[in-house]
Amino acid sequence: MTAGTTDLPTRTRCFQVHAADNVATALDDLAPGPVHVLGVAAGQTLVATEPVALGHKIALRSLAENQPVIKFGVTIGLATAAIPAGAWVHLHNCRSQVDERSSHLDVKTGAALDTLYA
Amino acid sequence: MPESFQVTPPTPWTGFLRQDGRKGIRNLILVIYTVECASFVAHAIAAGEEDTHVIGFSGCYDNAYAIRLMLALATHPNVGACLAVGLGCEYTQPARLAEVAAHSGRPSDWFYIQEQGGTRSGTACGKAKLAQLRKAIQASAVRTPMDWSDLVVGAECGGSDGTSGLAGNPVVGRFYDFLVDRGGSAVFEEVVEMIGLRDILLSRAATPAVAAELDLAYRKAESYCKAVRQYSVSPGNFAGGLTSIEEKSMGAFAKSGSRPIQGVLRVAQTVPHSGLWLLDSVPDDHFMQFGYTNPNDTEGIMDLISVGAQIVLFVTGRGSVIGSPVAPLIKVTGNSRTFERMNEDMDFNAGTVLSGERTLDEAAMDLMKMVGEVATGRPSKPEALGHREYFVMYKHQDTPGLAAGCHA
Repeated sequence: MTAGTTDLPTRTRCFQVHAADNVATALDDLAPGPVHVLGVAAGQTLVATEPVALGHKIALRSLAENQPVIKFGVTIGLATAAIPAGAWVHLHNCRSQVDERSSHLDVKTGAALDTLYA
Repeated sequence: MPESFQVTPPTPWTGFLRQDGRKGIRNLILVIYTVECASFVAHAIAAGEEDTHVIGFSGCYDNAYAIRLMLALATHPNVGACLAVGLGCEYTQPARLAEVAAHSGRPSDWFYIQEQGGTRSGTACGKAKLAQLRKAIQASAVRTPMDWSDLVVGAECGGSDGTSGLAGNPVVGRFYDFLVDRGGSAVFEEVVEMIGLRDILLSRAATPAVAAELDLAYRKAESYCKAVRQYSVSPGNFAGGLTSIEEKSMGAFAKSGSRPIQGVLRVAQTVPHSGLWLLDSVPDDHFMQFGYTNPNDTEGIMDLISVGAQIVLFVTGRGSVIGSPVAPLIKVTGNSRTFERMNEDMDFNAGTVLSGERTLDEAAMDLMKMVGEVATGRPSKPEALGHREYFVMYKHQDTPGLAAGCHA
């Protein structure tokens, strides 16, 4: 992995695993603004268009609806809407190709919305 | 295949040689209860006894899988003696459990609470038997030199977030490469967290026959998830940034490292020889309607211990406060924030790989040193905190015996 990245300003780092990936993982709670890419595409930058929490994904380039979302070099889901570069990629704009239930969860907490408590 | 990192591993340590030839890193007494009704007394017997752990099965009706799991733990390398405690009405027979443990060379005993009189007298009876068992294993303990080739390590992830697949699991995977290269055994599981990765999984098989085994296990897990309409992904995973089971699968699979997979183990099956193994804990097809594969992290950790793991690594990006009986749990996180916030519970911070403070190889070697220290006797954090969570459930991995039971 990349050395010498500790001196980057905090709240601006994301990590790209594979060269084919079109998303990177936030290593900080990203604020809108410039973001530094670590990992396979170390040295590149992009602009976050909205806040992206640590561990969540940011689009490295714009994606069309139904386009594969690629991380680790494999398809991890399909875009359910057009996604601009720098946007947060999660349950609200990406769906699993196998797991239907995960498309019906609260986008912030991940809590199931299809379970009755009455 | 990447070259193994060339550094001197920690020096060998001294373990406990069992009469069946297995080598343990702890010398524990295991109290096993055979029905929920006996659990209170079993825990009262073990209370205040440093070297005594408890497991048990809650059901009154017996289950072959649960019995195999309990027997595997009763004869685990880290266990020196066994005390089985029954109420007196249940199907599972404490005498039979104690008999198998004794046959393996471990001092063992059992009793029924109903025959002793009740809670206080049952606890007193158990405490007295415990003292006898301790005396027996202290008198007969055989110390033996151990090294990496004697070690079986299990790995599981739970409470995963976006860092688990980037740091926590890759560091464990690289450590697994180091361990396997030194003749040790490494076991990973959670076939339900390989959904979407069939080709990648099969490409890791040591032989074509193993590839066929992996394919069967994969297809079973896939049909299981479809049948129960539940993939192995939780609200905390989503909140931590994971969007799909495919994404979680890629991160989870990273803990297998890069060495060839030697075969597929079933729960309670002892690792046949050294190398990397996949543990299948998914219920068999016919019985899928009767329960979940790994309903929680603790259940999966028990499965890893059942194949003989003397130490289990638990990778958790979100953080966790569980431990395990029988085999110490080492908690690894790839999330530096979690490591700082939950420092009292987390053993190892793999997040330093992401910040650039350590390379993946350096972090994996540091993890190896920590595993060596715990093998030498230093308690892991959950072990020192007294965490001994366990979960033995009704499950069926009994396809070979199916024909015999289907003539009704």
